[in-house]
Amino acid sequence: MFENLGEMLIFFWRTVKMLPQVWRQRRKVMDQLFEIGNASLLMACVLSLFIGGVLALQTGPVLVDRGLSSVIGGIVGLSMCKELAPVMMAVLIAGRIGSAMAAEIGSMQVYQEIDALRTMNIDPISYLVLPRLVAISSALPLLVIFSILVGWIGGALVCVYNHNIGVSFHSYFANLRQTVELGDFINGLFKSWVFAVVIGIVSCHQGLLTAGGPRGIGLSVTKAVVNSLVLILILDYFLTRVLISI
Amino acid sequence: MTASSPTQYGVDVQVRGLQKSYAGQPVLQGIDLEVAAGEIFVIMGPSGSGKSVLLKHIAGLETPDAGEILIAGHPIKSAGSLNHYRLAMVFQSGALLNSLSVGENVGLYLSEHRIKPQAEIDRIVKQTLEQVGLKGIENRNPAEISGGMKKRVAIARALVTEPQLILYDEPTSELDPLIAVTITEEILRLKRQFSVTSMIVTHDRSLAFGVADRIAMISDGRILFVGLPGEVKANPNPMIQKFLTAKFDQEKERKTI
Repeated sequence: MFENLGEMLIFFWRTVKMLPQVWRQRRKVMDQLFEIGNASLLMACVLSLFIGGVLALQTGPVLVDRGLSSVIGGIVGLSMCKELAPVMMAVLIAGRIGSAMAAEIGSMQVYQEIDALRTMNIDPISYLVLPRLVAISSALPLLVIFSILVGWIGGALVCVYNHNIGVSFHSYFANLRQTVELGDFINGLFKSWVFAVVIGIVSCHQGLLTAGGPRGIGLSVTKAVVNSLVLILILDYFLTRVLISI
Repeated sequence: MTASSPTQYGVDVQVRGLQKSYAGQPVLQGIDLEVAAGEIFVIMGPSGSGKSVLLKHIAGLETPDAGEILIAGHPIKSAGSLNHYRLAMVFQSGALLNSLSVGENVGLYLSEHRIKPQAEIDRIVKQTLEQVGLKGIENRNPAEISGGMKKRVAIARALVTEPQLILYDEPTSELDPLIAVTITEEILRLKRQFSVTSMIVTHDRSLAFGVADRIAMISDGRILFVGLPGEVKANPNPMIQKFLTAKFDQEKERKTI
């Protein structure tokens, strides 16, 4: 993975240079957005609801024992905003969408569809990579906003209905509003945007490197997902370090 | 490749000292060829001899280790070279984009380069598909059509670019004899009508000797012989003769059993 980092950065730069052509590819961007939403919205909802719930369940009783029940909302709110929603949605999208991107571009590479594009003087980066990168980097932050909101609701439901916690909706959201600031929200959205670029670039790049038939496609999909996840977790640490100091 | 000029006429191709290796394994070992404008040039040889790799180099899909290719006098991959000629390639598998309909595949070049308005593209697509005997399949998906139809759609996709050089990779493989004849006729029609230069990689001896102006025999990445079809048939090189006369000996097989 790391030996390809330089290649991926060049690949990213070549895609960025194509950005002025994005309006021409708007139909493909919309198709990709629809695909991302369609494939991940329900899963994002279930995942976020339970993450928020588990967070409240793990922290709630301990805080209640220490007389700190009033801060549960803030803890769930901040954790979802700054860490859990961006990372978990990135993991979900890497698995569902990154793998699909690598498989689709990989099979196009193996079955000479990309060669056919090149002979028609159509740049595969502009035709295939640009719409996917624009779609994923727009969709993931939106999905993270959705995930944060659903996660908060999940946490609230557990706080209200779990008899070991017993915090009211009003108290939970009052503390959440007091603790979470717009900057925390933006912090999470920025992280998710970086993760989206990583997933898009790693998956499309891996797809274009595919060689050797169906086995090669399978290998590319695995590499795309694993490399995306490793990079997301490494970048998460460094981004957190940088964002904390701002 | 642009549609800068509406005229359609063949371009000449020169291949000089082309060499290519994959993982240290030489595939092309100094190929020299000259193809005249408007010529139908067939490249024949056994599997693994480097025919398709040579074609990919001419299409600009591979970078040679050494040597050069000139199309219409311009080195391929040099800046702006694609503005000097229009090239199209018909792949062995058809290489249609599965995410697009047949019509979108055929009109892809025109729509992506915004050469014509959509209504005009639709008309050209319909007309070109009719030309290759595939009327009314514009809205079908490539997955829903047969191998022979895919190949003809690929030819239609090449034709809409008004190419000056068409590269065919095994155009009649996996096709029944009737469709193979249709494709052979289409190749000849393009030469007759537009003097398009055609380079055909094939194993199909009847296609080769039916359409070729000249034939190149290739083996182990080297050109064995280039000449008129009659000269190739008369060439005493045992490798060429073996390739041209290979046939299944039913009697010998029966005796073995």
